[in-house]
Amino acid sequence: MSEKATKAAKLPRTDMPVQPPFARIQNYLEVALGYSEADAMAEASRCIQCKKPGCRQGCPVEIDIKGFIGKLQQGDVPGAYKVLREYNSLPSVCGRVCPQETQCEGMCILGKNPEKTGGAVAIGRLERFVADTFAKRLAGGDAACLQITGEAACRMVHDDLKVACIGAGPSSLTVAGYLASLGIKVTVFEALHEVGGVLVYGIPEFRLPKEIVRREVDAMRELGAEFKTNWVGGKAFTVQELFDEGYKAVFIGVGAGLPQFMRVPGENSIGVFSANEYLTRVNLGRAYDFPNYDTPIFKADEVCVVGGGNVAMDAARTALRLGAKKVSIVYRRTKAEMPARLEELEHAIEEGVQLELLCAPLSLNADENKRLVSMTVQNMKLGEPDASGRRRPEPIEGDTREISCQLVIIAVGTKPNPILLEATKGLALNKRGYIEANPETGETSIHNVFAGGDIVTGAATVISAMGAGRKAAKEIAKRLLGTEA
Amino acid sequence: MNYRILEKKVLIPGQTTLLVIDAPHVAKKAKPGNFVILRTSEKGERIPLTIADCDPEAGTVTIVFLVIGKSTAELNTLEEGQALHDFCGPLGRATHIEKQGTVICVGGGTGVAAMHHIAKGHAAMGNHVVAIVGARNKDLLLFCTELGSFCPEVLIATDDGSMGHHGFVTEVLKQRLEEDKDVSEVVAIGPVPMMDAVCKVTKPFGVKTTVSLNSIMVDGIGMCGACRCTVGGETKFACVDGPEFDGHQVDFGELRLRLSQFRPQEQESMQLFQHKCTCGEGK
Repeated sequence: MSEKATKAAKLPRTDMPVQPPFARIQNYLEVALGYSEADAMAEASRCIQCKKPGCRQGCPVEIDIKGFIGKLQQGDVPGAYKVLREYNSLPSVCGRVCPQETQCEGMCILGKNPEKTGGAVAIGRLERFVADTFAKRLAGGDAACLQITGEAACRMVHDDLKVACIGAGPSSLTVAGYLASLGIKVTVFEALHEVGGVLVYGIPEFRLPKEIVRREVDAMRELGAEFKTNWVGGKAFTVQELFDEGYKAVFIGVGAGLPQFMRVPGENSIGVFSANEYLTRVNLGRAYDFPNYDTPIFKADEVCVVGGGNVAMDAARTALRLGAKKVSIVYRRTKAEMPARLEELEHAIEEGVQLELLCAPLSLNADENKRLVSMTVQNMKLGEPDASGRRRPEPIEGDTREISCQLVIIAVGTKPNPILLEATKGLALNKRGYIEANPETGETSIHNVFAGGDIVTGAATVISAMGAGRKAAKEIAKRLLGTEA
Repeated sequence: MNYRILEKKVLIPGQTTLLVIDAPHVAKKAKPGNFVILRTSEKGERIPLTIADCDPEAGTVTIVFLVIGKSTAELNTLEEGQALHDFCGPLGRATHIEKQGTVICVGGGTGVAAMHHIAKGHAAMGNHVVAIVGARNKDLLLFCTELGSFCPEVLIATDDGSMGHHGFVTEVLKQRLEEDKDVSEVVAIGPVPMMDAVCKVTKPFGVKTTVSLNSIMVDGIGMCGACRCTVGGETKFACVDGPEFDGHQVDFGELRLRLSQFRPQEQESMQLFQHKCTCGEGK
């Protein structure tokens, strides 16, 4: 180990200030409070600026992490922001929601021997610090352009070049921001009444304040991007009609929004919800503030959330905040196999979420009025690893148990939403029903129609959706402007 | 986007209202059977309503709603010239309409409005449309004149006998089916018990029966599954697989119970709203 690395070993990883668990489950405000300047400088100084940084390989969009932390070490926040922005359209979002421990931080050399080195550099927390700090300092005429590109001036305006994005989630927002900064006229069509996709209907306020998404969207508006809410692609318009109206390219970023159910008896009982419904009511509909807001939410003393991903964590923590006495995560493998982001799992446990591991729902049991009273689960054990590399859960014959609950939230994944796909003739889909897109350009089987994000890959991360958006945006810019952007 | 109310007509005072909304892009695409989702204000919930009529040339969509809770009560306070906060559509699968002979369209309560659009579609296709309209009494009957303009027969049933048949629409329907063996389809839209009863009447006749389900919805685009219902033993989403289904396959008992899912919250919201209204008017 180099001298620098040994020196860094003396400094432990800087903790992120958080709202204490007893306080935060009483409110809906952000849990992680962000680094102070001193925290950020201390943490940045732990980075040893490796010659061959592993962190960058761990990043799905290959952010020059060493570069941005290097700028931060010099106290140059705008410089650090500019580096981030070259690769990442929504650094304030990714700093909060990326699973860093399996990506950049998972590859950090300091993480290899945490006892000696104090652990991996907290790259995500630094990313968040840079983005939030930069945004706070923004003011004046160049603010929007600075926000979107990190540069003071955007390119000239090309009013004759129109591009449409369908869906307003992370991938489309990336396309919109990138093209708007090049002066291309972008119209984003969103089916719901608010822009942001999963960032506003899915991820709760306590993990990602909506203000952050709004700030990004406002900057795009400032640069001429137009957002049309309540426009459902495939219903209110078709892809062909967009071309007929003069759009030169279309980007499809409609996500994988169709919730999967478990197909067990009793699933349509009163008190059984998809995580999508539960979270959409609370986040998009602000049901946590009912009856001040009109959207209602179902409340219960005992809640079970089925699944082990981030969505399951979000649903469980939301239920706690809405006053549930006992919230359990029901997962068929063990804690080690849970796909959730480590910080979310830790936060959930700190807040009092229980784990019911190695069991899978067999039936949802209701009373004579079809109201849920309990869930019967099959106890499981771990067998051989499956295709995903995780050990396969196997039922223990005849071993079941019953968990009392009046609310069940199902967070076992999603499927592609067929509305736009069925309405778009000639759009090639893969066997799983997702859009086939060229991995280099994002182009689909239809010329000048691009796609990216969950509608191509299946449910994945915000960062990979943005990466796909960026590739597509670059290709669109190249075709429309005739040069490498 | 400005979804202005161009016309407001109180059909039944304090209960049922018709609004004509300026929404050209929805009007251009809307077909019989489609629905819209609207919000009255920034804090409002998403309300699904089946389209009662539309005029693609004028760019208008007509909706009819029953004041049943806070959100519809608030919608009822909006006047001509004011605008809806959100208006999204057209949503759902359109009614399957083909030239097929005699179609009986049964409507009950506010469901007559949605039935009107579908009956109009069948009439335009050249089908012989028999409308059967029911209500508790003659003052609560909706769309009879409009239906009369394109349906050769409009049959009426009132619970109190103040107009037409004294009794239920199902009795009129049964008689009509007994007299006419060539009915190719029955369409029924209205309260759940009515649709359920219609399906029980048509079953022995073996007549195809289409119903439109008014499930609880959030997004209306297949994202949440709030509207799931059991049809032929399978779970379907009313918003994207429907809202129309083969009535003989629908589990109406489940639908009725699922509609009650948020009743306590709905009542709480309505009480608060009524309290505010009374105080606001200085009473």
